[in-house]
Amino acid sequence: MTVEVGHFALVLALALALVQSVAPLIGARIGDQRLMAMGAPTALAGFAAVALAFAALVAAYVGSDFSVANVWENSHSAKPLLYKFTGTWGNHEGSMLLWVLILAFFGALVAIAGRNLPPSLRANVLAVQGTIGVAFLLFILLTSNPFVRIDPAPLEGRDLNPILQDVGLAIHPPLLYLGYVGFSISFAFAVAALIEGRIDAAWARWVRPWTLVAWIFLTGGIAMGSYWAYYELGWGGFWFWDPVENASFLPWLAGTALLHSAIVMERRSALKIWTVLLAILTFSLSLLGTFLVRSGVLTSVHAFATDPARGVFILAILAIFIGGALALFALRAGSLSAGGLFHPVSREGALVLNNLFLSTATATVLIGTLYPLLVEAVSGDKISVGAPFFNMTFGPLMVPLLLAVPFGPLLAWKRGDLSAVSQRLFAAFALALAVVLLTLLFVDRAGVFAAIGFGLAAWLVLGAATDLVLKSGLPGVTMRTALARLSGLPRSVFGTALAHAGLGVTLLGIVSVTSLQVEHFQVMKPGERAELADFVLTFDGLTPYRGPNFVDERGHFTVLRGGAPAGDMWSAKRVYTARQMPTTEAGIRTYGFGQLYVSLGDATADGGIVVRAWWKPLVTLIWFGAVLMMAGGTLSLLDRRLRVGAPAPRKAARKPAEATT
Amino acid sequence: MTRKQKRLSVIGGALVFLAAATGLTFYALGQRTSYFYMPADLAAATIAPGERIRLGGLVGKGSIVRGQGTEVTFAVTDAAATVKVAYAGILPDLFREEQGVVTEGTFTPDGTFRADSVLAKHDETYMPKEVADSLKEQGLWQHNE
Repeated sequence: MTVEVGHFALVLALALALVQSVAPLIGARIGDQRLMAMGAPTALAGFAAVALAFAALVAAYVGSDFSVANVWENSHSAKPLLYKFTGTWGNHEGSMLLWVLILAFFGALVAIAGRNLPPSLRANVLAVQGTIGVAFLLFILLTSNPFVRIDPAPLEGRDLNPILQDVGLAIHPPLLYLGYVGFSISFAFAVAALIEGRIDAAWARWVRPWTLVAWIFLTGGIAMGSYWAYYELGWGGFWFWDPVENASFLPWLAGTALLHSAIVMERRSALKIWTVLLAILTFSLSLLGTFLVRSGVLTSVHAFATDPARGVFILAILAIFIGGALALFALRAGSLSAGGLFHPVSREGALVLNNLFLSTATATVLIGTLYPLLVEAVSGDKISVGAPFFNMTFGPLMVPLLLAVPFGPLLAWKRGDLSAVSQRLFAAFALALAVVLLTLLFVDRAGVFAAIGFGLAAWLVLGAATDLVLKSGLPGVTMRTALARLSGLPRSVFGTALAHAGLGVTLLGIVSVTSLQVEHFQVMKPGERAELADFVLTFDGLTPYRGPNFVDERGHFTVLRGGAPAGDMWSAKRVYTARQMPTTEAGIRTYGFGQLYVSLGDATADGGIVVRAWWKPLVTLIWFGAVLMMAGGTLSLLDRRLRVGAPAPRKAARKPAEATT
Repeated sequence: MTRKQKRLSVIGGALVFLAAATGLTFYALGQRTSYFYMPADLAAATIAPGERIRLGGLVGKGSIVRGQGTEVTFAVTDAAATVKVAYAGILPDLFREEQGVVTEGTFTPDGTFRADSVLAKHDETYMPKEVADSLKEQGLWQHNE
């Protein structure tokens, strides 16, 4: 019964989305207030309907209702409750339902928070959101219905893929989708602006916080996914330049560019057309990511069972939305008025530079990701583009961008003074250079590239600190005045500094792991020792362990660091009984910011077991930096000026008139 | 400089940068990509020792031999041919006989394929796409066997 209610609610949501996509659009066109006003209630009701459908599916999972095909395929009655719950979206159908739930959630947020928007803009935005909803609800109902029953109902389910039985599944997909789908709002605003043929600074004031929200979630989603793959797959890698990873990284790069160009647009009314284009491209890349992940057209280490037939449907959605939005852009972009002028050396100029580099980097990653598809379509050859390609192209593109980052916030709007800014950054530069030299001199095994990497990371962190110090008035004022000034600064200044420093921290982690990690392979019998870096691992033997739905062979290791006892760790080979599927449960122990990582391989004929161990110095900084970036974004969002749902300042309403003059 | 010249120099700079990025991208695509082969394709192809390729197929039945330490050899096979693959390291969890596999590495002069990575699957019903396509062409693939 619950399941049928869910199915019905989903069909109802489709009907509501159809109304939402048509009525407000026509209303805005002919100036009919009543039709325009239909957008908000349908968006709210649509969200309620999708939420009901989602709740019904969750209930089927938690109650282990195996008469539902989707539950039978992906759940098991012996599974811990958390995984029964998260298993709801640990499969294709459920994850698409989560996608639509989040889309409807954002639609409802716009309906609630957008009361102060000009009515026609609000109507158009909701209509565009509704159209996306129609496409994906149709997709679910026609190709991926999670509510299909099977008769007779099986007694036991086939269990969730063991790799997904992890707390990561509770966090990673929702965060990632909040990011992916969050960009649909920027997209809807961009398309609405094109439909209206009018755009102004108030528009940017609206788009920026939404973009920021999506960006914060996407940053978290990517970082979480990276950490999950790192500890779950048992190979100790944190990023593989795999198509599925690139699929989430592409909207992040474009979204980061959008975040920065929206600043220029809000403050200086410049880069309007470019910002609109970026907003369209960012969400297009989110859609492309959904397509790449769900269709399985590319071979990925993260690919789960995929279905090419569904890929065609998403490809059609992709073509309609990206093609439609770009066609509209081509038709209407000319009618948008150009904005303010600025000198190349200025804050705007720096942000343009940021956009140039980020969009080029996006294009590079996109080409690398799609090139195998292109080659196969043209010549039939199957090729793979892997990490070497991305290291060779993405790396060199990022270095100048990272070098330029500390300059940006120090430059004045409109016209900046590069030599004055360089002087102010001299201390940071000298310290970063010292880091390079010290690394070369004192860190064993660190090459020139590693030293430059460490220097660059230090440069980013110190540059961000310099910005705050200078804005506080130091060293010219007393500590008291400086603190008073700092507390008076807008929160977005701290947000910028924190996010840029976070970038440096992530870079520090990446450089440290790639250049300084120690890897050790050994066949070990109980009592044998392995040495790596300043650690000594003693293998104490294997013991069996039985979990709720798996059996383990757990290896116990005692750790000495520098000769002194430093704890112990477990590493296991696990077999999930329902699917008879083996997994590796790596043992990880954190020391400071570094981690000791041990995974077990196969048993050898003479009674030993293959052990692979790594010492990964500063590895946790990779994800800690991402957390700092998220914190920076959140601080920025809390800025009074940008607060989501805050009543728009009176002058914002008058702005359009000023802007058009 | 006049405003027009300034603007041109900025646009010129951006174009030079884009050209450099494009050049780098295509150079890297030429240098750093690896082609995919099935064992049956290898007879017709000429692959120099040391050229990186990806080799896919099924793991031959009874072919997995563990050597000293972490050294493992196994056969990658399809209907027409078989290639011996050597790999040092831990095999993926779902590495099994008669299952699809994609390995990446180079041929040594004695004709053995030295793999430095073996692609893991996450799911027992998942087959790397290239392998599935090639097996379908050879008529060896049954869905959900």
